[in-house]
Amino acid sequence: MKISVRACRLAAGVLLLCSTAIAAQAATTLETVKARGKLICGVSMGTTGFALADAQGKFAGFDVDVCRAIASAVFGDPTKIDFVLTNINTRFQSLQSGEIDVLSRQTTMTYSREASLGIDFGPTVFYDGQGLMVAKSLEVASAKDLDGAAICTLPGTTTAQNLADFFRATGKKFELVVFENPDENNNAFFSGRCDAVSSDRSDLASIRAASKSPNDYLVLPETISKEPLAPAVRQNDSNWRDIVSWSVWTMMAAEEKGITQANVEEKLKSEDPEVQRMLGITDELGTMLGLDKAFGYNIIKNVGNYAEVFDRNLGEQTALGLSRGPNAQWNNGGLLYAPPFR
Amino acid sequence: MSTSGFSGLFLLRDRRIREVAYQVVCIAAVVAIGWYLFQNAAANLARQDIATGFDYLSREAGFIISETPIDYQPSDSYGRALLVGLLNTLTVALLAIVLGTVVGTLVGIARLSKNPLLSRLMLAYVEALRNVPLLLYLFLWYSAIIFTLPPVKQAIALLPGVFVSNSGLVVPAIVWHSGFWTVIAAIAAGVVAAFAWRTVATRRRIATGKAVPGWPVSLTLLVLPFVIAIAVFDIRFEFDWPELGRFRLTGGAHLKPEFVALLLGLTLSASATVAEIVRSGILAIGKGQREAAQALGLSSGRTMRLVILPQALRVIVPPLTNIYVTTFKNSSLAIAIGYPDLVMVSNTIMNQTGQAMEPIALFMLVYLGLSLATSLLMNWYNARVALQGR
Repeated sequence: MKISVRACRLAAGVLLLCSTAIAAQAATTLETVKARGKLICGVSMGTTGFALADAQGKFAGFDVDVCRAIASAVFGDPTKIDFVLTNINTRFQSLQSGEIDVLSRQTTMTYSREASLGIDFGPTVFYDGQGLMVAKSLEVASAKDLDGAAICTLPGTTTAQNLADFFRATGKKFELVVFENPDENNNAFFSGRCDAVSSDRSDLASIRAASKSPNDYLVLPETISKEPLAPAVRQNDSNWRDIVSWSVWTMMAAEEKGITQANVEEKLKSEDPEVQRMLGITDELGTMLGLDKAFGYNIIKNVGNYAEVFDRNLGEQTALGLSRGPNAQWNNGGLLYAPPFR
Repeated sequence: MSTSGFSGLFLLRDRRIREVAYQVVCIAAVVAIGWYLFQNAAANLARQDIATGFDYLSREAGFIISETPIDYQPSDSYGRALLVGLLNTLTVALLAIVLGTVVGTLVGIARLSKNPLLSRLMLAYVEALRNVPLLLYLFLWYSAIIFTLPPVKQAIALLPGVFVSNSGLVVPAIVWHSGFWTVIAAIAAGVVAAFAWRTVATRRRIATGKAVPGWPVSLTLLVLPFVIAIAVFDIRFEFDWPELGRFRLTGGAHLKPEFVALLLGLTLSASATVAEIVRSGILAIGKGQREAAQALGLSSGRTMRLVILPQALRVIVPPLTNIYVTTFKNSSLAIAIGYPDLVMVSNTIMNQTGQAMEPIALFMLVYLGLSLATSLLMNWYNARVALQGR
């Protein structure tokens, strides 16, 4: 009898907690974020170049900079952020439940995710694709040569499905070993348990950079899937989605217009009307979204333009050493195309 | 005070009614809360346009699974993929339970040995295994396998056709052209006959007091049907020898390192706890029993086998149920080292469909079912070995 009384009390407590959690979700995301004084951004659990905390606990990376751009747009301060490390399996639940405001975590935009997960994606921040990496000593030049090979991968996204599709299409067989934990995945690859490792190409660059001798490994030329990585927000809050989208587009447009972190002060005096609108000199674009009119200036001043963010985290000078590839501006042979600021 | 209020209070003064009333109120509250939470989740999911339901089970899975006890292709359904995962869970957990019980019993007996070296060694074994989380051991065993054994290209050939490498153990496989079921039936018949003879022999010995030939006859009975089957029926098979392909050893039967590491982890972990239970069971048997057995001239091995252990089972069996249930549940740690059990397959499905609640609900139900089935089976066995009043 004692136990059941206790169980009833516990249940009553759970009930109370649930009802308060529901009440807290009524406000729009922007209002919630402003009232809290901080943006809560969901990032990955330690991926070189995308989101990684240094020895002082300061986060850096491409996905982190997207978060910083949004915080700059809302608060004019890139440090007003709490980073939440999200698990690859529960990242969407973290977003759906309101635990995080935005998910900036190497996440691929797909039809079924937008249609059935209760989330919306912002603009693609990085055009990626799934690839395969092998040890150079295997003397494999193409993914088509991997008939009968063992391939290690993480359970994430549709990695396993893409591989199965690729090998089915070419009529080849392979052995798949799936790990929950990136470290075990990398260990299995580097020890020779698997002949190849498969993930998004940016992620492969990250694994390669973290190895003892990056030059012993080769990312194969085939890209077996399209992986447009984009930040995601909860569905049906179009104001918040606009804020995330235009924070990203501000960085892209800034590169196109030649505005950098260093010269943004100078550009305040620019004669270009679009630059004037972006930086909040004329018009009040920011206020339309409930932001400060200088939100564009704040993003560029605090985080920089797209090229600066890319070069700092992923570019040729970094351990990842990625070239711009499809992530160049539209007028430079790439896919980045920010809509006009007017 | 009104009359109705008085009669209500009056009823509550009866202890039996009061007890029933509390139970009813409490169950109603639990059901109501459960219903509220379910409705709440369903409403929230609907409001956020998140897909729900089990329609996905019949859709094409589209991914491959590294260990498939039944035939499975990426073009099969999610439902079949889950079945493969469930069978993998059952395989590894049942093997771990059997091996863990055998090893644990031996360790438990050795723990009580008069030889100080042996008993201390077993103490260290038990303490080391019981006091470190199983997950860490799984990482340890798996890393030990993949980092100490050579890659598959430099596989060590233990015997002709038997290779060991960090991709596992490969042995020649038997490919049956005909007579597979005949052989299975012959082996089963041999086992049944041998057991039957043992029962008959024991009964006759107890009845007549004369020694009856035991194991030589049993062994003959065990082998005979198999020999007859080979002689009489058309049985054709050949060996599929493993060969080094471009990347892997092809052909033969493979024992993957993920499976071995998980089985090792689960078995050792279960054996340490079984050892302690066996020890407590043996210690619970009065000293007089052992002394009486020795007075009758039984060797110490026979004393243990015929006198102590059968009585100790009454103490040992109930807590063993816990270990078995725990082993089933612990097998879900497979995901950490890449063995495709039920949870891992469910995880892949969650990633592909984006539906989390349904696969989780499914595998929770499965684990609940497995645990309850284990408990039922063990309770039945316990009732059989329990002391029976005459």
